[in-house]
Amino acid sequence: MTRYIIRRLLISIPIFFLVTAVVYALYSLSPGDPVVNIIGYDSYMRMPAEQVQRIRHQYGFDQPVPARYVRWLGKALRGDLGYPYSGSKTVVDNLKERIPPTLLLMGTSLILAMIIGIPMGMYMAMKQYSLGDYLLTIVAFVQLSFPSFFIGLAMIYVFALKLDVLPTYGMQTIGAPFSVLDRIRHLIMPATILGVFSAGVWARYTRASMLEVMRSDHVTVARAKGLSERAVTIRHIFRNAMLPIVTIIALDIPNLLGGAVITEQIFQWPGMGMMTIRATNLRDYPMLMGILLVSAIMILASNLIGDVLYAVVDPRIRYD
Amino acid sequence: MFTQASGTEQAQPEAGPFRLAIANDANIGSRRVDSPTRRAMRRFARHRLAMFGLIVLCLMALAAIFAPLIAPYTYYEQDLAHARAAPNAAHLLGTDTFGRDVLSRLIYGTRISLSVGLVAVSIYETIAVILGAISGYYGGAADMVIMRIVDVVMTLPWLIVIVFMVSILGPSMFNTMIAIAALGWTGPSRLVRGQILSLRAMDYVMAARSVGAQPTRIIVHHVLPGVVAPLVVHATFGVANAILTEAALSFLGMGILPPTPSWGNMMNAAQELVILQQMPWLWVPPGIAIMLAVLCINFVGDGLRDALDPKGLLTSKA
Repeated sequence: MTRYIIRRLLISIPIFFLVTAVVYALYSLSPGDPVVNIIGYDSYMRMPAEQVQRIRHQYGFDQPVPARYVRWLGKALRGDLGYPYSGSKTVVDNLKERIPPTLLLMGTSLILAMIIGIPMGMYMAMKQYSLGDYLLTIVAFVQLSFPSFFIGLAMIYVFALKLDVLPTYGMQTIGAPFSVLDRIRHLIMPATILGVFSAGVWARYTRASMLEVMRSDHVTVARAKGLSERAVTIRHIFRNAMLPIVTIIALDIPNLLGGAVITEQIFQWPGMGMMTIRATNLRDYPMLMGILLVSAIMILASNLIGDVLYAVVDPRIRYD
Repeated sequence: MFTQASGTEQAQPEAGPFRLAIANDANIGSRRVDSPTRRAMRRFARHRLAMFGLIVLCLMALAAIFAPLIAPYTYYEQDLAHARAAPNAAHLLGTDTFGRDVLSRLIYGTRISLSVGLVAVSIYETIAVILGAISGYYGGAADMVIMRIVDVVMTLPWLIVIVFMVSILGPSMFNTMIAIAALGWTGPSRLVRGQILSLRAMDYVMAARSVGAQPTRIIVHHVLPGVVAPLVVHATFGVANAILTEAALSFLGMGILPPTPSWGNMMNAAQELVILQQMPWLWVPPGIAIMLAVLCINFVGDGLRDALDPKGLLTSKA
């Protein structure tokens, strides 16, 4: 078991370096002088050539790409991600500021999705082929098909603009003191969109998992033993069906930081997603590399945790 | 009475069920052959939602193909005097900021969105089949290398990479297809590899190898047909996802740029509060169009999954 974990860890490390190297290579291939992004187009056009050259030297743009990458990597491993092109806070401070709101949003939507989706899936599995199952399948499909930005715009239109019940954007009312109710009011729409509309996915997973368990031998034995249907369902079916769900939760964690980009943009929720879009529009490469670092670590860590959980749950794959 | 002549008569078929059997044999040319494909198509036809989805998709495809004949205006004609007009007799869905007819842009947008979805998926399914087949059949070093590349590509955050690609290549329809394909081939390649690993152990493959068939022939002729079923289902859902991705990218301004009409970039206008609040005809129709297309493709994909793999043995849960 430990050997499995160590092997997965060892594979993750070169993948991590390769990922950062690939993105850094892509960024260096982007056309245009990066100095333009730093000082602005007007200043760039008006500056004499040696001043531009001095700025380039100061930021290290005149060195070859691999040297720049190694320098960035060295600093990053020591925790220094540098400064973004715009703004005065370091990249690390920006990240620290933006990660909690995104976690709040995604965490709430994940909980919502599971609260709605898992019971939905259980109902669909237990009453398979009934009218309820059929209707819920259609509902799950519709949820899969909604473009999230369309629903976001529609909800803003209905609830914020026409009915004036919920705020249009942001995380809290400007200037007002912090209050839980205020935060909840701002959270409802984005969390609902992300959560309710991914409930369908959880419902399908739960339904498939429960159906698989329901057909297995030990459930038949439990029924043959004479256990009441309720005991069979709770003690045998639920418990065994939930195990793969737990591993899916683990594998879903990277979405916690990266999945809400468009919703954050529409609702102007000050989190990682909005920062990504702003950094991309401004071609703010140090910021983008910082975001990439965080997201790559999250993905690799959650894949590792998910794989370990799979191995814990299903001993057969430990000896793979 | 038994005479000499009766022995030379044709044996008369007996009455009852045997008669039918022999009569069928006599007409063997016109009897329908019940093949697995026929059975799959019949299972598909029984899935009502899938048939509904298929019909709607065919209508959309026809609208896309015959767009110049159906659309009342072209997608770039500007009528600035009547810009931002609500739906009226001349423009059934109103006009946008530049006076272009929304209905025509919606119809031409069908072309763009559907073709981006289909082409991107075709590209990446082909890549996935080739790499997955090499990885699954040959195994060893090739497998290790390809799977590591898959891991790296899957760890890349899609927005950042797509934006870089768009800034290097320039925003256009073709580059959007390439960007979606470059990040999407990893999932199906794992699927193909898994399928090939399980099919490689089958007896008929061993028999082909023992007869001395070339590996390429074995892969193409014996193994790949078994991969087709889950691949087709996966590709169908992939088209739905590709359409959603393209819409999201164009909405953010990083995919297809105006004046080329795409359902996503038509909704970009709604980022302005004025348009969102007072001009719903600009952003609601494209949103409904995306929803309808993706929904129908998902229905068809589910129908295909039921038709080609009713026991759920081959396709994964995703």
